[in-house]
Amino acid sequence: MYIYDNYDQTMVDERVNQYRDQTQRFLAGELAAEEFQHLRLRNGLYIQRLAPMLRVAVPYGMLNSPQLRKLAYICRHFDRGYAHFTTRQNVQYNWPKLEEVPDILAELASVQMHAIQTSGNCIRNVTSDQYAGVAIDEIEDSRPWAELIRQWSTFHPEYNWLPRKFKVAVTGAREDRAAVQVHDIGVRMVERDGKIGFQILVGGGLGRTPVIAPVIRDYLDKEHLLTYLEAILRVYNRFGNRENKYKARIKILVRAMTPEVFAAKVEQEWLTLRDGPDTLTDAEINRVKACFTRPAYFEASNNPSVLVSALKEDFAFKAWHSRNVKPHQQAGYAIANLAMKATGIAPGDVTDDQLETIADLAEQYSFGEIRVTHEQNVTFSDVRQDELYNLWQALCVAELASPNLGLLTDIICCPGGDYCSLANAKSIPVAEAIQRQFDDLDYLHDLGDLDINISGCMNACGHHHVGNIGILGVDKKGAEFYQISIGGSASNDAALAKILGPSFAQEMIPSVIQKLVDVYLTRRESDEQFLETYSRIGIQPYKDSVYA
Amino acid sequence: MPTIIKDQVITDSPFTTLSAAAANTETANCLLPMAYYAAHQDTLQNRQDIGIWVAAGEAVEDIAAYVHQLAVIALDFPHFGDGRGYSSATILRRQLGYQGEIRAIGDVRRDQLEQMLRCGINAYELAEGQDIQSSAAGLAGFSFNYQASIDRPAPLFRQR
Repeated sequence: MYIYDNYDQTMVDERVNQYRDQTQRFLAGELAAEEFQHLRLRNGLYIQRLAPMLRVAVPYGMLNSPQLRKLAYICRHFDRGYAHFTTRQNVQYNWPKLEEVPDILAELASVQMHAIQTSGNCIRNVTSDQYAGVAIDEIEDSRPWAELIRQWSTFHPEYNWLPRKFKVAVTGAREDRAAVQVHDIGVRMVERDGKIGFQILVGGGLGRTPVIAPVIRDYLDKEHLLTYLEAILRVYNRFGNRENKYKARIKILVRAMTPEVFAAKVEQEWLTLRDGPDTLTDAEINRVKACFTRPAYFEASNNPSVLVSALKEDFAFKAWHSRNVKPHQQAGYAIANLAMKATGIAPGDVTDDQLETIADLAEQYSFGEIRVTHEQNVTFSDVRQDELYNLWQALCVAELASPNLGLLTDIICCPGGDYCSLANAKSIPVAEAIQRQFDDLDYLHDLGDLDINISGCMNACGHHHVGNIGILGVDKKGAEFYQISIGGSASNDAALAKILGPSFAQEMIPSVIQKLVDVYLTRRESDEQFLETYSRIGIQPYKDSVYA
Repeated sequence: MPTIIKDQVITDSPFTTLSAAAANTETANCLLPMAYYAAHQDTLQNRQDIGIWVAAGEAVEDIAAYVHQLAVIALDFPHFGDGRGYSSATILRRQLGYQGEIRAIGDVRRDQLEQMLRCGINAYELAEGQDIQSSAAGLAGFSFNYQASIDRPAPLFRQR
């Protein structure tokens, strides 16, 4: 992973001091609350329903074991013993004290971490594919490019006060695991005439106005990545709507201008930046790439006998393996996923002890590194196949072996009304009620891939628009209700889910989901997945069943 | 005569800002609205004591033809959270090659000064109620910057 040099470390340390000074001036009454609000948000600190909430940046989801132990330490000493993996690969603390946040940031800085630009109307933490560097469908490792974007966007003086928040995602694989089509900028590595470069998408997003991003440039040579992003940001910073925050995201600007006109405007701006000082050099690309080299793999072959016999003998291990383990570029290795979705635990929540266990297991089994996924799970990217059974047994002890990756119970869920002051409705109890309804593992495995995404309000942190089944908390005359949609996807076939109809009370949700699943089971042909059946038969049969 | 920070020094400026309603071609040492100046450019073009101020939504490219005649270009920040002026300043310096004073006016506060400095704004007329002495500390930014900017034209990676 990327290792800080003296420059990186100095900037993070100086940021801690700067933020400490801002906090002290606020507490001393020298900084107005409204002004401090904007400043603290740029360091990830929200004031929430019950307490402040601190969002810590995990660039493109990568963490090493010392960082995990530091996160555990912070849980224990500054919070209530647990943290939360977010849908943007970050980590959140739900109970920090405002006056202690500078100390938390200093702790983070000691392990090359920070909370820079995790909120506020600026360029947010960049996200990527959790399988980058090991995925079998990879064109090129996206992490060096994500890191270059992280550095370029950090403290960018021109783009610290944008019309609205701004999110960039990068993928280097053929299958899109980074949801690049629903980001403000999606960067997709593509191959054209034997050369690898970038396809640039702009203006996707969820929230109130969900949009699938149009491609505004089909191919861009690598060295131009930063200057081209700069051109996009400048057009947005100047012409994005600043009157109405609900029309301020870049997707609204792109739609209003039309993608063609927007693209032309960007190209015109780019002419002033192209080949300028931010043009990437081979030396810099190679410097960053050198941080993402392949680890020292053992010589091994696929399907070792110890794995084959464990799969034969242990049905529970087999169930976990069939869902949570993915193929790897390197023979003899595998990608193993820890689904942080045990029933009864808020999706994405992790305790201090679990963080330490993950740190230890990562060192033992995966070169001391993990990735946080946008589905709020954890990936061990480099596990020897002949050690998968041992790893799984250790995960069982730590209650981290839920065999439900990608299944109906692997629910993406925002913190919702239990924590968030924006929420219209709770989301965590809804997730739990669904998990309890669907507690038969054989049945779940038979259902196969099925994403349920839950957001407590239309800000869509739970990505409900792109869930195969989406659940949105709505306020109906002061009562919490839930609108159900169906048919969404965040993958290559990105699609926005369609609303079924009138919303439901909370206690109705598990039975509504059951009816949707029953339609699928009755109507599916051969080995169709949920989404495929929906695409074939359309929304009406689901409506008929739910509103019968 | 407003007190401003200019090139890191607290000083009195002879240039005062005139609103659209008060704009005229007679007053000496003033900053006129960009549109007013454009409309009276024939009369004003040889005046050394006139500058303009630019509203956040105005395009600085529109003054490219006579930008070098202007003693001062002020950029208005209607709210400290409105970042359009940072792009305007960058365009003035990098694309139009303007070398004179670029002054931030409006809701200008301490914690934004270092970002303004990096975008080529070299003078700051602070918002009402802001303490100019202590605010000057806000110019101290980070020891290094990753990306190219007006004050440090080479990105960090070119010296790594």
